[in-house]
Amino acid sequence: MSVSLPQLVKSPRKGVMPGNPACMGCPHTIGLKIVGRVLGDRAVLVVPAGCTSIIVGYGGKESLDMSFVHVPFASAAAVAAGLAAAFERKGLSDRIVIAWMGDGGGADIGFATLSGAAIRNDNIIAIVSDNEAYMNTGIQASSTTPWKARTTTSPVIGKTEEKKDLATIMLMHKVPYVATASVGYPLDFAAKLKRAAEIKGFRFIHLHSPCPTGWRFDASKTVEMAKLAVETGAWILWEYNRGRFEISPPSKPFADPSKRKPLKDYIMAQGRFSHLKDEDIEFIARKIEENWRIVRMLEKIFSS
Amino acid sequence: MGLHRKVLIGNFAVAEAVKLARVDVVAAYPITPQTLIVERIADMVERGELKAKYIRVESEHSALAAVYGAALGGARVFTATSSHGLLYMYEVVWWAAYSKAPIVMGLVTRVIGPPWNIHSDHHDILSVRDSGWIVAMAENVQEAFDLTIQAFRIAEDKRVLQPMMVGLDAFTLSHTAEPLDVPDQSDVDAFLPPREPLPFVMDPAKPFAMGNLGPDEWTMELRWTVWRSLERAKHVIKEVDREYAKKVNGREYGGLVERYRLDDAKYVAITWGAWSGDAKEAVDKLRDEGVPIGLLRIRFARPFPREELLEVASGAKAIVVVDRAVSMGLDGVFSTEVRSVLSGRVPVKSVVAGIGGVDTSYRDFVNIFKRFVDEYEKGETQEWIVPEWYMPWFKG
Ligand SMILES: Cc1ncc(C[n+]2csc(CCOP(=O)(O)OP(=O)(O)O)c2C)c(N)n1
Ligand code: SF4
Ligand SMILES: [Mg+2]
Repeated sequence: MSVSLPQLVKSPRKGVMPGNPACMGCPHTIGLKIVGRVLGDRAVLVVPAGCTSIIVGYGGKESLDMSFVHVPFASAAAVAAGLAAAFERKGLSDRIVIAWMGDGGGADIGFATLSGAAIRNDNIIAIVSDNEAYMNTGIQASSTTPWKARTTTSPVIGKTEEKKDLATIMLMHKVPYVATASVGYPLDFAAKLKRAAEIKGFRFIHLHSPCPTGWRFDASKTVEMAKLAVETGAWILWEYNRGRFEISPPSKPFADPSKRKPLKDYIMAQGRFSHLKDEDIEFIARKIEENWRIVRMLEKIFSS
Repeated sequence: MGLHRKVLIGNFAVAEAVKLARVDVVAAYPITPQTLIVERIADMVERGELKAKYIRVESEHSALAAVYGAALGGARVFTATSSHGLLYMYEVVWWAAYSKAPIVMGLVTRVIGPPWNIHSDHHDILSVRDSGWIVAMAENVQEAFDLTIQAFRIAEDKRVLQPMMVGLDAFTLSHTAEPLDVPDQSDVDAFLPPREPLPFVMDPAKPFAMGNLGPDEWTMELRWTVWRSLERAKHVIKEVDREYAKKVNGREYGGLVERYRLDDAKYVAITWGAWSGDAKEAVDKLRDEGVPIGLLRIRFARPFPREELLEVASGAKAIVVVDRAVSMGLDGVFSTEVRSVLSGRVPVKSVVAGIGGVDTSYRDFVNIFKRFVDEYEKGETQEWIVPEWYMPWFKG
C-alpha cells in the first residue's frame, strides 16, 4: 500500500494551492499537501485555531482544494466525531473525517477532547502537526516544546519541562492505529495515511513539523531539519497497526546509535537552542536514548 | 390526531420528545438535574427504540462540539445540560449560533456556584441571550415536551436556521411527574419531516470552507444574518405553535408569550418559567379581590417579544417584573429588557426573587403583587428604578 513520488506529484488534487498565506518553508503546508493528495477525494477536514486557521485562506480565497470547517481551539476531535457520526447515520461511511490540529490543539487545550475521541474509538483520523510550540500566537511554549527550547514564554532559560510524548499516550488508548510521521518523509507519511484510511475507528498520526519561524532556522531548510531529526534519532518514526508495532523504515537504521548523525548538527542548527551547552546536548542525548528504549520495547511487545 | 395520556417527569418527557423527533445524533455529559434526560435517551438508543448514535463525550464542551459536527454532517441533533455544563460549553454555544447550526438543547436551569446548589434559578439559561440561540422556557411538563418537538421545526426552518434551547426548571419540572399527552409517532412525523441539509453540509466532493478569516464587513453581515433570522423566527414560532396545535395535540400556547387575564388588566405582572403557575394563582386571588391584574408569561427570551410587550403595556398603568436572574450591578435580567423596550412609557417595578432556588410560592407572589399595586396607588414609585430583593426571611 505504498505511494510513489510521481503519484503524489501528479495528483490532480493538490491539497494546498500556491499563493497561500503560510510563512515560507511552512511544515503544515507540506503535511496538508500530502493529506490532500492521498485522501482529499474522500476527506473533510476539521481545523481548530492555530497557524492552519490562517494558512487555509482568507474570505472566499481558499488555499485548500478540500472541504474544511474551522472550529474552536479545544474542539476538533469532538466536532470530527460528530461529523463522522452524522455520515454514518446518513449511510456515507466512505467519507473520511480528519481532525488536523497543532500541538496546542492536540496535546494541550484539546487533549481531553482528543483522549475522549480516542477512547470511544470514534471513526476519525486525528493528525497533530507538531511544530513544538503555539506558533500562531507567536511561539509560546506548549507541552510538546522540547526541554531548553527558547520560546516567547521561555525566553531566557528555555523551557524547563520535557516534551510530552503524545503518540505513546495515544497508543495506550488501545486504538487501532497510531503512527508518528515527519514532513521530511512524504512517502512514509503518505503510506501511513493510506493504511490508516483502510481502518475503521480512531486513528492517530503525530506528524513532526519543524517550523523555521518558531525554531529559527532558514526557511529553505524545513525538510533538511525534519530529516536531521530522524537521522540523529531525535524523532523516531514508528507505526502501530492493529496489534503490530514497527519502527518505520526511515528510522530503522538509527536504532543503532553509531549510525546516527551527531545530535549537535540538529540542535545547533536551530536558533531556539543557540544557548545550549555541550552538557545540555548530552542530557538531551540521554533522553533520546530513553525514548528509543521505549520504542524498541514496544516493538518487542507488539511483535506478534 | 392520537394522544396517549402518560405520567412523566419533565426530564423523561423531554427524552420522549427527542425520540418522537427521530433525532440522529445525541451527545451529552452528566450534570444534575439534567442527567435523567440523557440517561433515558441512552437507554432508548441501546434498546433500539431510537435509531440514533449516542456519543458518550468526556465534557460538555465536547458534547456541544460533537452535535455541532453532526449538524454540519446533516444530522438532526440533540444535547442537554445545566448550569456549569452550559458555562463549560460557552465557547461552542456562540460558535454554533454564528454558524447557523440547527441544534436543539434541553437546558434544565440550575444555580451557578458557589455555593454548590442544584436548584433552579435562571442565570445559566439567560447567559446565552446575546448569542443567537433561540431561547424558550416551559411552564409545565407538557410544554417542555411540546417545545422540544417544536424546537426542531423552528431551528431547522430555512427562514431561521439557528440553534434553539428549551429550558425547564430544575426539580419543579425536571423531576416532577405530571400528566402528559403524548402524540402518535405518525402525527409527529407529519409535523416534523426529516431535516433538510441546510444551511450547508460538509461534502468532500464539493470543496467548501466554513469559518475562514475574511473582511470585517463579512463578519458584520453574518451577524446581521443571525439578527434577521431571529426576527423571522418570531413569525415561525407562531406558525409552528398553530400548526402543532392543529396536527399534533390541540394545544396552542400563544407564540412568544402567554397572555393570562390581560384583556382588561391595568396592572401587568411579567414572569417566565415554572413559577408562572404560582404567579397565575396569585393573579386569580387578586382578581377575586377586585384588583385588575394579569400576567404576561414570556415563553421566548430570544427572540424577545418586543411587539407583544408594547401592545400589552399600552393599556397598563404599571408593570412588575419578577426575575429569577440578576444582571449584577444593574437590575433583574428581564426588568432590564422590559424597561429597555418600554423606554419609560409605563412605570416598571423590578423584583428579584427565588435566587439560588429559594422557594417562591403562590403566597409570595400575592405579597409581591399587592405591594406593587399598593406602592403604585400611593405614588411611591421613586424606588422602582432599583430592584427589590424579595427575601422575607432575611432580618439582617
Ligand atoms: C480557547 C482559546 N484560547 C486561546 C486561543 C488563542 N490561540 C489561537 S491559536 C493558538 C496556538 C495554536 O498552537 P498550536 O495548536 O500548536 O498550532 P500552531 O499555531 O502551532 O500550528 C492559541 C493559543 C484560542 N483561539 N482559543
Ligand atoms: S509559524 Fe511555522 S507553522 Fe506557522 S505558518 Fe509560519 S512556518 Fe508555518
Ligand atoms: Mg504548534
